Amino acid sequence: MAEAHPVGFQWVMEAKARGAQIIHVDPRFTRTSAVADTHVPIRPGTDIAFLGGLINHVLENERDFREYVVAYTNAPMLVREEFVDAGDDDGLFSGWDPESRSYDTSTWQYEGADVAAASGDRDQWDSDEHQPEQRRESNRLTHLLGQSEGAGSGGANFTGEPVRDETLQHPRCVYQVLKRHFARYTPEMVSRVCGMSAGQFRQVAEAICANSGRERTTMWVYSVGWTQHTVGVQYIRAASILQGLLGNVGRPGGGIMALRGHATIQGSTDIPTLYDLLPGYIPMPHAHKKMELSDFLEADAAAKGFWGNMPAYMVSLLKAWYGDAATTENDFGFGWMPRITGDHSTFTTVLNMIDGNCEGYFVLGENPAVGTTNSKQQRQGLAALKWLVVRDLQEIETATFWRDGPEIETGEMRTEDIDTEVFLLPAATHVEKAGSFTNTQRLLQWRHKAVEPPGDARSDLWFVWELGRRIRERLQDSGLSRDFPIKALTWDYPTEGVHGDPDAEEILKEISGVDAHGDPVSGYTALKDDGSTACGCWIYSGVYADGVNQAARRKPGGGESIAALEWGWAWPMNRRVLYNRASADPEGKPWSERKAYVWWDEETRSWTGHDVPDFEPHKPPSYEPPPGAEAQDAIGGDEPFIMQADGRIWLYVPTGLADGPMPVHYEPEEAPSRNTLHPKTRSNPARERFERPDNLYNPSDHQPGSEVFPFAFTTFRIAEHHTAGGMSRWTPYLAELAPEMFVEVSPALAAERGLEHTGWATIVTARSAIEARVVVTERMKPLRIDGELVHQVGLPWHWGPNGLVTGDAANEIIGISLDPNVHIMDTKTGTCDVVAGRRPRGQELLEFVDGYRARAGIIPT
Amino acid sequence: MSLPRRAADLVRSWPLVRQLTGPDPLGRGAAVESNSADTEWHPRTADADTVTRSVCPFCAVGCGQRVYSQHGRITHIEGDPDSPISRGRLCPRGSSSLSLVTSPSRVTRVRYRRPGGTDWEDLDLDTAMDMIADRVVDTRSRTWQDTDDEGRVLNRTLGIAHLGGATLDNEENYLLKKLYTALGAVQVENQARI
Repeated sequence: MAEAHPVGFQWVMEAKARGAQIIHVDPRFTRTSAVADTHVPIRPGTDIAFLGGLINHVLENERDFREYVVAYTNAPMLVREEFVDAGDDDGLFSGWDPESRSYDTSTWQYEGADVAAASGDRDQWDSDEHQPEQRRESNRLTHLLGQSEGAGSGGANFTGEPVRDETLQHPRCVYQVLKRHFARYTPEMVSRVCGMSAGQFRQVAEAICANSGRERTTMWVYSVGWTQHTVGVQYIRAASILQGLLGNVGRPGGGIMALRGHATIQGSTDIPTLYDLLPGYIPMPHAHKKMELSDFLEADAAAKGFWGNMPAYMVSLLKAWYGDAATTENDFGFGWMPRITGDHSTFTTVLNMIDGNCEGYFVLGENPAVGTTNSKQQRQGLAALKWLVVRDLQEIETATFWRDGPEIETGEMRTEDIDTEVFLLPAATHVEKAGSFTNTQRLLQWRHKAVEPPGDARSDLWFVWELGRRIRERLQDSGLSRDFPIKALTWDYPTEGVHGDPDAEEILKEISGVDAHGDPVSGYTALKDDGSTACGCWIYSGVYADGVNQAARRKPGGGESIAALEWGWAWPMNRRVLYNRASADPEGKPWSERKAYVWWDEETRSWTGHDVPDFEPHKPPSYEPPPGAEAQDAIGGDEPFIMQADGRIWLYVPTGLADGPMPVHYEPEEAPSRNTLHPKTRSNPARERFERPDNLYNPSDHQPGSEVFPFAFTTFRIAEHHTAGGMSRWTPYLAELAPEMFVEVSPALAAERGLEHTGWATIVTARSAIEARVVVTERMKPLRIDGELVHQVGLPWHWGPNGLVTGDAANEIIGISLDPNVHIMDTKTGTCDVVAGRRPRGQELLEFVDGYRARAGIIPT
Repeated sequence: MSLPRRAADLVRSWPLVRQLTGPDPLGRGAAVESNSADTEWHPRTADADTVTRSVCPFCAVGCGQRVYSQHGRITHIEGDPDSPISRGRLCPRGSSSLSLVTSPSRVTRVRYRRPGGTDWEDLDLDTAMDMIADRVVDTRSRTWQDTDDEGRVLNRTLGIAHLGGATLDNEENYLLKKLYTALGAVQVENQARI
């Protein structure tokens, strides 16, 4: 955090000054470790074992915050009798189908409740009524899609009332299921798998328990070190279970904080340029035999909680996009929406390009030629296109792959043979356009424009609007039905400035939503499903309330409130801590005076406190839903988790995940060690793999050939560079501060391989080989894993062939294997060889890597 | 060289000794004067025509920035002390924002590479935009899918893809998703997946 988010880290130091204990869990000793109270070394890819150990410690010693757990989590819910926990040997839950490599999740359900009813003519629902082969197809699709079709951000919905045991004693209640599941994660097992000592592990576990409960809260902070794995979602699930058990959610100083890496990566997830989502986490529609708006809404709208209003969110979105053309009679234009049929993520898309199925590619402010895993594959995709549009500030590698990409040097590609037509359009910088960023705490902050961009440089807003305008001109006389949505699109925006930029505030207003008179709505609770409101992203609704750009608010220090409520605007409804109703007990009183945050005021009959309450303002703690209540009316006054279909934290996930209802430790795709916990199942069995000649995997886990790649590597960032370097390798100060690609190795490995500090090393995998300057440092510690010594090396990933400072990209040597839930790749673990000296050049590089492949038995000798 | 001689050299090399034994023992000479003593020094922010409130474009912490400009050019970027997030601080990356936006190597003209071409060519922005719009319409019509083999509605093209960085504004992402969805392009992705 001190490296990648230095200014955010000042608050960790503030907390430390006020007595907080800082524990840093990281494979490397970093600038963060240097100022933490404790550094806990861990082998990359083993965090589920570590977190599982903590969960076991809490359950074994009954250190959970019992009142919170009973009232606010699904710990009392009973799981069906048919459910079988992951076995000791194979690590597989009931319902595993080895043929489709996916789970039938019907046995994971609560007793007394069922996953979303198989109603309507949905042709692929999970249901006991369907034939096994249909179920299998459904599971395969669920697996491919990486989520249940019924899962918005609130998780899948279900019908019926789950059976509960508030004493938590029933052997099939979630609490007891968890207790049995995590019992295998003993301190000794954690030590064998993760590499830290059992004693140090116990100290950490005790520190966390001692710092949780009524009077105290513990916070977890993570970055892509937790998400870029084949089990990334289950990492976060494990942290959620721990925080749920300790009562550290919805309370000040608690939570699981994702420190995201880019200025508005949160915004680009909320208003998603992502294939599987519409704005506000509404799922993209999937292809079905019968799929009208009512089918979509019936299946995807949870009956209970605020997702129950999905019809209002969806219809308002369609009205924002298609305006007057969206009517009750035509399903508000739902039928025009494109349908997805599987994984259309960026990795699969690039394979489509290589296979000749995708002609055109827009790359805006992104640099996949060095920034995406298995970079060679990315460049092969670019070379197979008909046309490519790159918009950036500099001549980045993605724009110049045809001229000076690594494949030109090796002779794998010839410039004259690459038929891709390339447009490189200059982009405006952040000070040359107005607009909002959403930071990692869901806070929207408006940037005003300082100057006009130079020359042909334009904002991406200008580009997309202008492109849309020209496409609409070309199709205005078309009678084809497929062109109708383009013609119907609301695309008239007032312009400003010398280049005619569309007015960004007008677009923010459309995102925030308007009523039938065109006046801004106050927030998402004002949205209607009858077409009388239009709203581009329901979770952002209210950011333009009262006709005021709330994101542009800049009261010094954020005003009087300790939550700085008058600086920018946080979604939803300017709430700064999500689910903050949980900071009060079921009766609405603060759990303790010390941790008071939001509470029920009996005098005014409303919720009040230091933040905007994340609860209906006048719903009393005593409210009990009447029979048949729907949406938020079905949420009781003592159920804080208003987006969940049961109002509770899920310690156990009865549906919606592709790889199990509870986290299991699996080894990464490539690991130097066996799966000590589950010897018969090495890696996440549901992970997404691409077995292709352009994505070879190293033999792993003592298999023949694994000795060719004996070391573990992990990747990391440094304070002086940004991501793949597109915004830092061209600036002189940063280039001077960190001029060369390097690899961190331990003194022991340096001695073993003859590596000299500041000399060169070559790092090799089945994909390719890169070179880097050697940094010999005690920061990289060899770990004793299950009795064997494992050397690790660390690779930053900021370099590429272009810019003021150049170097090989770490992404060249990483293969693609994905988390099955979200299709995010593993970049944090892998195996490799490290040898002294620079890598071979040209054709010799290919021969060098082929030599390794042959020795490892991946290709014939 | 003998040890006493080396010690004496070392003593003579100390700055204070050099000053006291040199021509300006009181340190009031040219060496300690500013090189433009006749003009008073002042910060370049004082000459700014505008000060604009902005946000750092690097990581997701969202530090406040104040952007100074003079004659339509950015002259300085510094931390915004009013921000409750950053309290005026910027890290090495944020502090490099001025060199990011004023970089002499920035691309400011459209660059065009024709199929099989060996170098960039010049191209008018308006022409480039027309060519790109033509390619979208053409690719889309050639790769359009109305339904799949089982008659399920698809309404889409897999012929066009998008990958966006995570420094694109919310408003930009919104219009991109809106346009692509109307076009039937579903392979729309961004850095959040990567």
